[in-house]
Amino acid sequence: MTVRSLVVVGASLAGLRAVEAARKAGFDGSITLVGAEPHLPYDRPPLSKGFLAASDDEPPHFRTEEVLRDELGVELVLGEAATGLDTDRRVVRVGDREIGYDALVIATGCRLRTLPGTEHLAGVHGLRTLDDSVAVRSALEAGARTVVIGAGFIGSEVAAGATRRGLDVTIVEALPTPLVRATGTAMGAAIAGLHERNGTRLLCGTGVAAVEGDGRVERVVLDDGTVIPADLVVVGIGVVPSTQWLEGSGVTIDDGIVCDETLWTGVPRVYAAGDVASWVNPVFGTRQRMENWTAAAEQGAAAARNAIAPDQAKPYATVPYFWSDWYDDRIQFVGVPDADEVLLVDGDTETAGRWVALYRRGDRLVGALTVNGQTEIMKYRVMIAKGASWDDALAHAERRRELALVKAGAAAGA
Amino acid sequence: MKVVVDFEKCTGLGICESMAPEFFEVNDDGELVLLKEDISDEELQAVEEAVASCPTEALLIRS
Repeated sequence: MTVRSLVVVGASLAGLRAVEAARKAGFDGSITLVGAEPHLPYDRPPLSKGFLAASDDEPPHFRTEEVLRDELGVELVLGEAATGLDTDRRVVRVGDREIGYDALVIATGCRLRTLPGTEHLAGVHGLRTLDDSVAVRSALEAGARTVVIGAGFIGSEVAAGATRRGLDVTIVEALPTPLVRATGTAMGAAIAGLHERNGTRLLCGTGVAAVEGDGRVERVVLDDGTVIPADLVVVGIGVVPSTQWLEGSGVTIDDGIVCDETLWTGVPRVYAAGDVASWVNPVFGTRQRMENWTAAAEQGAAAARNAIAPDQAKPYATVPYFWSDWYDDRIQFVGVPDADEVLLVDGDTETAGRWVALYRRGDRLVGALTVNGQTEIMKYRVMIAKGASWDDALAHAERRRELALVKAGAAAGA
Repeated sequence: MKVVVDFEKCTGLGICESMAPEFFEVNDDGELVLLKEDISDEELQAVEEAVASCPTEALLIRS
């Protein structure tokens, strides 16, 4: 099978990396990149971090239009979402337009869950797109009293940024403990403690009864009757895969696009990558759908390489990684949080400084979490990739603690 | 070939360390340390993967 045309639907990180990987692999056919937003591909992590904090930061675009068009030879179809896929005729529909493909990479990501009943209110935002970030930043600059609904990573980053600006901030979380799905119960509670330590109010186990205002948000009313005045409400209650447009296409959808180890959808010539893709990760032998930068970047490249040469398709295997920056603290996680045991091997979650927690499943190390443990975290990522045992991980942690003591002693003696 | 780090861009996320630990290590202060810069043919693929994996595009291979 010769592939002469590659179409990539989704113009964020995974889509961009798909395009770049195809060219790097020597693909010289036509490439079309379809994106729902009018913007050139841009980087999302800064939208809740640096870009949100610094008013003079330029939008974090990856590449200029010239580089995409002239150097990478990409036809850009931006500003309109794909509306359908016909896998028999091999065309992607974008409004009235039909774009034919020999190979297709779907990287349409996720869309935000919204809070029903708030659509008509100004001052209520999600945070996923550049436009969202510009709107939230502008409200923060105006000194908005801020309520963040949902104590996940994005909401927490926004809250940390608002607190840093000296604003009045409250986070409202429906569950008794935040971040359980991402980090497990014990560590979720520990990380949430960073908010209190930094002066951000966090209310857990509290639902939102209503977000009220006359055209513009004025207050958030909680289930227990508490009323919190607000000029800005940021809703961070998760995302759902953007797969509506694939209805009837023959691509299997089950919490994302169902793929095999090579990111193939099972439909000839159709691959998926990034937040929208659910694939079997050979490292753990289980089906996963990632919502992080690293997976989007790597899957985009892997899916494109496989799409243009399906006979030589290779599995995509990874030890998942994500990070989040709150206040002066960096939270990093590698692996998977579903564990039989979570053990703190360094530090004290009640105090500032470094903590390291390890996650055990059976006799194997499957995950590691650090707060301010940049020098520790990636050593565990390597160990997990190699299938390290729990005993080996504990022995490594012991050696690292001893090394830290020696270093501290040397510093004190110097 | 050599690997070059743009320390203005690097924020010490450390993904490169997990891809090519002989070249990169993040220190106690969260800063990236380049352990060596010369890349052999056998090491090239790992370093290329590290370069591609950097969220801040702070790594570069120079011939």
